[in-house]
Amino acid sequence: MPEPHAPVPGHTHARALDSDGNPVITTSGLTKVYRSRGRDVTALDGVDLHVREGEVYGVIGQSGAGKSSLIRCVNLLERPTSGTVTVAGQDLTALAGRGTRAGKELRRARSRIGMVFQHFNLLASRTVQDNVELPLEILGTSGKERSRKALELLDLVGLADKARAYPAQLSGGQKQRVGIARALAGDPKVLLSDEATSALDPETTRSILQLLRDLNRQLGLTVLLITHEMDVVKSVCDSAALMEKGRIVESGTVSELLATPGSELAAALFPVSGERTGADRTVVDVTFHGEAATQPVISQLARTYNIDISILGAAIDTVGGLQVGRMRIELPGRYEDNVVPIGFLREQGLQIDVVGQEALLVKEGAK
Amino acid sequence: MTWSEMQPLLSQACTETFRMVLWSTLIAVAVGLPLGILLVLTDRGGLLQNVVANKVIGQIVNIGRSMPFIILMVALMSFTRWVTGTTIGTTAAIVPLAIGGIPFFARLVETAVREVDNGLVEAVQSMGGNTWTIVRKVLVPEALPSLIASTTTTVIALIGYSAMAGTVGGGGLGDLAVRYGYQRFETELMWITVAILAVVISLIQFAGDFAARSLHSRGGRSGPAPKLRLLKAEEPAAADVGKAA
Repeated sequence: MPEPHAPVPGHTHARALDSDGNPVITTSGLTKVYRSRGRDVTALDGVDLHVREGEVYGVIGQSGAGKSSLIRCVNLLERPTSGTVTVAGQDLTALAGRGTRAGKELRRARSRIGMVFQHFNLLASRTVQDNVELPLEILGTSGKERSRKALELLDLVGLADKARAYPAQLSGGQKQRVGIARALAGDPKVLLSDEATSALDPETTRSILQLLRDLNRQLGLTVLLITHEMDVVKSVCDSAALMEKGRIVESGTVSELLATPGSELAAALFPVSGERTGADRTVVDVTFHGEAATQPVISQLARTYNIDISILGAAIDTVGGLQVGRMRIELPGRYEDNVVPIGFLREQGLQIDVVGQEALLVKEGAK
Repeated sequence: MTWSEMQPLLSQACTETFRMVLWSTLIAVAVGLPLGILLVLTDRGGLLQNVVANKVIGQIVNIGRSMPFIILMVALMSFTRWVTGTTIGTTAAIVPLAIGGIPFFARLVETAVREVDNGLVEAVQSMGGNTWTIVRKVLVPEALPSLIASTTTTVIALIGYSAMAGTVGGGGLGDLAVRYGYQRFETELMWITVAILAVVISLIQFAGDFAARSLHSRGGRSGPAPKLRLLKAEEPAAADVGKAA
């Protein structure tokens, strides 16, 4: 087992993901239609997802957006109505065949995809160790090897001392650790996490996310997680996708999303608020991503143009050692008076959105 | 009648009842368990979804469940003769008892297995487990406390049925109570059989209860242990009627 990487500031994302990294999970045109009481309900409507090797990919959306159907289609617990799913170069939809039952090859492919669940899904009739051994029993591993592997995994998730306990004796966070250990038993390349932290309190959520992050780094595990909590995406994800009504409406790496003007996901990840304090003032949203974020631009702006800047709101985070986020500032004077300072900010490589201005431009265009 | 006269009668009757109940329970469990599991698996949305098979098994079980045992016994006479070569005696009584017990137990198994959280099934599917693995490693072990409770209920119901079987020559405690207690006014002997039955049933209930509870509370699993029904053969029948309606 490789040593955990020490967190070096600025290098926490040392395995920087270039956009042509190998896709480990690819879905194309994934559609799922449920028939219920004679009515068709479209849960997935042509979803194209690309999860690159070694990244933590978060799919976020409200309940009913189709996230759960999506992740369950990835290991074909749910049969997609149309479209294909490829995991680690293997077309699972082709393996599935036509019947409703999973054939041998599909089952073998599934054993190489780990999955953790919101409600842990541990067998109450088995001890913690026996729960972790279950996937190995299915793989036909010998008893001795099973027990060695299970103990090693329990050690990895920090529960070596609970091997003989029953799930009922564990806390929610501990149960999920067992769930994770179990998911890793088959040495998967890919881990699917179906709302793994949604049943946990904030403190435990943080520790479970940290564990997923560590496993991602130590084992090079690719993680696809679905969640309805923005904090989850913010704290562990390299990339994210926003789902609405069965479609992916936005996707990309966190900094790509930030660079996308009007990105809902970026706005939700880095929410800024604050109202204009007077009529003759201009409110500007400044988005920091990439190199520009290292420059003290705001104070440069104040000094260069000798203007007073009020910060109305800001959401700045260190993602991958870079400061990313957004800040809402207010400049004295109308927009017309601030063209030059705004131009200065743009020159610094910052993304600038003048609040209320888009509406104004549209209005002018309409004239 | 003196005790020395009653004693051999009682011990023989107990042995006969024991034989009838033991064998019929074993057969009912052996056949009813897979049948009950199949009822769950073939149901809509089940792992082996097969609406036709589900309906057929369901109907057979329903008919078997709603048939009064005494009629079933008479109706099965030719089958019993074919199997055991006779329609009289303890061995012959085992046949209708087992056949009456199968649908009874199968329904209880169905209910118990249905209670197993579908998430567990999904988890094993996601590990690459097949249907047989799911039955063996999830459905049966997770439903075990309820299955034990169901077995207890079945044993007690079969003790009740065996008394009926006794009246047509099956022997056992029921036969003894009818022949001596009812036909010869040996009230004392009748009360003794009643007492024996009461004690035996309580003991079985207690043992089953204890086994189910100790399995259920493994590792301090909270929540109530599966409920055990006290000699209420009519209760599930009523549920079946409600289901059919």
